[in-house]
Order: sequence, then structure tokens, then C-alpha cells
Amino acid sequence: MSDGKEAIIEVKDFTAKYGDVVIIDDISFEVLRGEIFVILGGSGCGKSTLLKHMIGLYKPARGNIIIKGEDITKAEGRDRIDLLKQIGVAYQLGALFGSMTVLENVMLPLEEYTDLSRDARHLIGRMKLELVGLDGSEEKMPSELSGGMIKRAALARAMALDPEVLFLDEPSAGLDPITSAELDQLIIQLSRSLGVTFVVVTHELNSIYTIADRVIMLDKSTKNIIAAGNPEYLRDHSTIPVVQKFFRRQTDAQLGAQNQR
Amino acid sequence: MKDHDAAFSPPSVEASKDPDSTLVLKIKGRLDVYSTGKIWKDSSFELEKSNPRKLVIDGEGIEYCDASGIALLIELRLIQEKKGGGFELRGLSEDNEKLYKLFNFGLLSKPEGPGKPPSRNIVERVGETSWEMLEELRVHIYFTGRVTVGLFAAALNPFKIRWKEVFVTCEKFGANSLFIIALVNFLVGLVIAFQSAIPMQQYGAQIFVADLIVIAYFKELGPLMTAFVVNGRSGSAFAAELGTMKVNEELDALDTMGLDPVNFLVVPKVIAAIFMLPLLTVFGNLFGLLGGLVVILSMGYTFTTYINQITASGTYVMLLAGLFKTLFFAVLIAGVGCLSGMRASRGPSAVGDAATTAVVTGIILMIVVDGIFGVIYYILGI
Repeated sequence: MSDGKEAIIEVKDFTAKYGDVVIIDDISFEVLRGEIFVILGGSGCGKSTLLKHMIGLYKPARGNIIIKGEDITKAEGRDRIDLLKQIGVAYQLGALFGSMTVLENVMLPLEEYTDLSRDARHLIGRMKLELVGLDGSEEKMPSELSGGMIKRAALARAMALDPEVLFLDEPSAGLDPITSAELDQLIIQLSRSLGVTFVVVTHELNSIYTIADRVIMLDKSTKNIIAAGNPEYLRDHSTIPVVQKFFRRQTDAQLGAQNQR
Repeated sequence: MKDHDAAFSPPSVEASKDPDSTLVLKIKGRLDVYSTGKIWKDSSFELEKSNPRKLVIDGEGIEYCDASGIALLIELRLIQEKKGGGFELRGLSEDNEKLYKLFNFGLLSKPEGPGKPPSRNIVERVGETSWEMLEELRVHIYFTGRVTVGLFAAALNPFKIRWKEVFVTCEKFGANSLFIIALVNFLVGLVIAFQSAIPMQQYGAQIFVADLIVIAYFKELGPLMTAFVVNGRSGSAFAAELGTMKVNEELDALDTMGLDPVNFLVVPKVIAAIFMLPLLTVFGNLFGLLGGLVVILSMGYTFTTYINQITASGTYVMLLAGLFKTLFFAVLIAGVGCLSGMRASRGPSAVGDAATTAVVTGIILMIVVDGIFGVIYYILGI
């Protein structure tokens, strides 16, 4: 929808630590408005850590994370709330509130932050659920939903306030291929129709090829970004062994054999 | 959603009614999730008031619109169509038109998904509750049987008991609760001695406070107070631990490995409780008597008088009868705690509910068991 060139999130000289252990060492990147941006890497490389810093849950050891011109690492009080209202987060396990129905979960942010009437909140909540294909499940409790439905409901809740940026943590982890593919299509559809910017953490290769406009790959040993760009291009042209192995699902032995041939 | 930051004017709605019963609502400005609420009421009010044959919404002046703005348009259409009137939307920008078409109007116009089941009549509810109570009783009997079998099996084959687990539980259940048990019993002993000293003083029988304390403590107060404190502290902890394991499917994992959760998890806890509760009760008795001592000393009697008085009226039989009860209390606390945890349902409040059930059921059952022992001891003349 938009020009797609302007950066909506800027991460500058970012370092993350748990105690004295450095998880991510001095990285910088930008997320452009309207794109689907994927953060990937092997287990334990700091993908989720990076995401949690980007949504302001943790304070970085060093560096800035600027969302729409506002530094989320420095924002406090009112400013922080205003900034958080412009982003939506769908957690890995859904994090739906178990004591509320699905519809109440989606309506909660509307109830807290807007002056919409009850009927209006209801209708908007139902529209969001319909958008993610959960119509008819409004009155169900989260415990009655399947894994795929929980992820959809979490996505609907993240979209409740029509944020410009949606963060998704492992959206397709633990889902069957069909549900996972449907979710990918949903993400693409939302991105194209609503112009929402997506920041997705995942290591599901199929998802990455389907949805990603651009990826960055984090590496555990260098604690840095090891590759960035279009996933197909990286698969076919990267010369870095770790990147090759990741995109081709190979072990060291397989890669060695292939390179000798 | 482009250019959030550019200056937008607040939303407004202008109504004009044509003579041929057509209402035109001109909506202008920025319709986002924070501003739509302002005109939501106005526009539906206008619509209700004029009750037109046809509603025309002129969206040419809408500068920005997100899903909430679209929701307003859909709401107006729903109201209008419910009354059987006509609806026309015009002047919407291309982007907003696309957004409007994204939502399935047909689905939204239908009532919400299956609601709550119809309420049942009183006979059904009474029947259901009775059935649940019987079922509850059955579960308790079955579980008691399994634990008993497990304990006998453990007694016959002590090497199969997971002693490490037993000792860890002993520490948590026993050693770590020593302070609170000492404190509670000391204070209760003190308060009871003090309160009974006041009326006894009228008859010059203050010294018999010592007899009262020792008999009450050995027979009832020591075992009960100690068991209540431990029940609140460890019974709930057992329930929470097993409840969390249930929620994490760890109990299922044990089951599929061919390990019986009762033998594997419950029996070590029950054994630890059986070891520790009598010991804790001994400490409880001691501190209860110390509480009494403070009152006696404050009334001007000597330490020796107190000791003589309590050794004269307190007997070993009394002490042991009290301690014997605690074996049953121990099984109750550990057993009920574990059972409540194992029966935890799913969901975030499951573990909390299990802990509450454990404590409440534990207290009720202990009172009942204590009553039964009271009768038995009375008949036996203890």
C-alpha cells in the first residue's frame, strides 16, 4: 500500500545480555513499513530475546530500538503506553487469558483504551475474529481451542487496536502443515490488505519462503547477524556454511559431501 | 495503514433527511479505533430517530479509516437491514472500499456462535449434584485404597521406595515448618492459659491452668494445631506441585512409562508425612506447654511447681494417644493434597483451585477423624 521504503523500526548498535552472558552483540538493522520481516536462526541464537527487546519487555544492555521515531528502550510511563498501543504481539503459546472467552480476549484492549460502546466493541471484536477465520468461536474458552485456533485468536487480539506493526513469535511452531500454511496465507493477506508491518520470529523454512519479504539470520557463535536479504537468494547464493546448512536443512557431513562434488 | 502521523481532523457526522424518507449521513475525518467511539452514538442515534426508508452513507470526507471505522459502517448497515430499509454506501476511497469488502457481512449479520446451554430444572440439578458427590466419594475411596496398597507394598519392599524423594519432602514438610509450628503453638498455649487463668482465679484454682494446658495439648490442641498449620503449608504445596505436573502432562508421561503416579509421587510424600508429623507434634506440644509456663510464671508460681503439676496430670498414654492420631492426619494431609493436584483440570486457575480444595478438604476430614478418635478414646477411657 505504501511506498515501502521508509523504515518503521530501526535497531541501532543493539547488544543484549542476560547477566554477564552476551546473547546478541552489537547488531543494527531496519524494518521497512509494510513488509513481512523475518528474524530467523537456529535454536538458542537469541531470536526471541531480540523480539522481546523490540516489544519493550526487556531493556537492552546497549543500543536503541526506535519504533516510528520513538525509542522504546527509553520511553517511560504515558509515552511507553502510547507506543505500545501502536504495536501488537502474538505470543508463541497464544497467552490468551484463560478466564475470558475468545471474544472477551479480543475486546479487552478496546475496553481499556477506547471509548467505544459495548455494541461497538462487540462488533469490532467479531470482525477481527472473522478476519482470522474464527467466526463462530466467539463464546469459546481458550482451553476449548486447538493449537491453530489459539494462534489465530492471539493474532486477532494483537490486531484489536489496529496496530501498524505486528510481532509474531513462532506463529507456525507446533502446527500441522495445513494449518501452518493457512496461517502463512493469513499473514500475507493481512499484510497486503491492511498494510500492516509484520516482524516474525520463526525457523520453519516453508513459512520463511512463503511469507518473508526480507530476513535477517542470527548466529549463535558470532552473536551477530550472519546473513540478511531475500530468503531464496540466500539459499541459492550464500557462501556462508551455516546459512547454506540452514536453508537447505543439511548437516555438516551432507554439506561437505556436496561441496566436494 | 499509512501516515498515521499526518494531521487528521477529528471525525464528524452530518445528517440530512430528504423528503422521500432518505437519510444521508456525511461522515468526515479520521476514523480510527480511538476516535470512532465519538461518532458511533451520534450516527446510530440519527438513524434510530429518523427511521428512514433508505440510508445513504457518504464516505467521501473520510480521511483515514481502520477496522473500527469499517465496523461503524457495518453496524449502521446492520441496523438498517434489520428494519428492512435500504442501504447505500458511496464515495468511499479505493483503499477503504477494499477494507470494507474484506469483512464478510453475511457472517457478521448472523447472531454469535452457540451461546450458553439452556438452564436445567431443579430436579436435574439436584440429581447432578448428588451424582457428583457420590462420584467424589468413590474417587476418594479408590484413591485411599491405592495409597494403602502402595504403602503396604513399600513396607514389604523398602528398597523400592524412592528415599531421596522421601528425604527431600521430609525437609520441606518437616524441618522447614518447625519455626511456624513453634510460634503458633507457643502463642495458642499462651492465649489459652491466659484466658482460662482469669475465671480460674475467681476460685483460687490458677494452678490448675497447668493441668488444663497439658491435657488439652497432649490430647487435642497439639496434634490439631500442628496438623492445621502443616496442612495449610504442605497440603497446598503438594496440590500445587502435582497440579502443575498434571497441567504439564508429566503425570501422563509417568503413566505411559508404566510408572504408577500414586506409587511414584504420592507414596514417598505420604511416608515423609508419616515420619514428620508426629515429630512436629512433639515440638508443638513442647512449645504449647512453654506458652502455658509463661502465664504460670507471671502469676507468681515457680518453674518447679509447673513441672510437678504437668507431670502429675499429663500421662504417657495421653501423649501417645495424641501422637497416634497424627499418623492418620499425616496420611490425610499428604493424600488429599496429592489427590487434589492429580485431579486438577486444565486452565490457568486449575492449580490454584486444586490447592484450595486440598486445604479445605484436608481441614474438614481432619476434624471428622479427630471426632471419631475422640469417641474411641472416650470408650477406651483414655
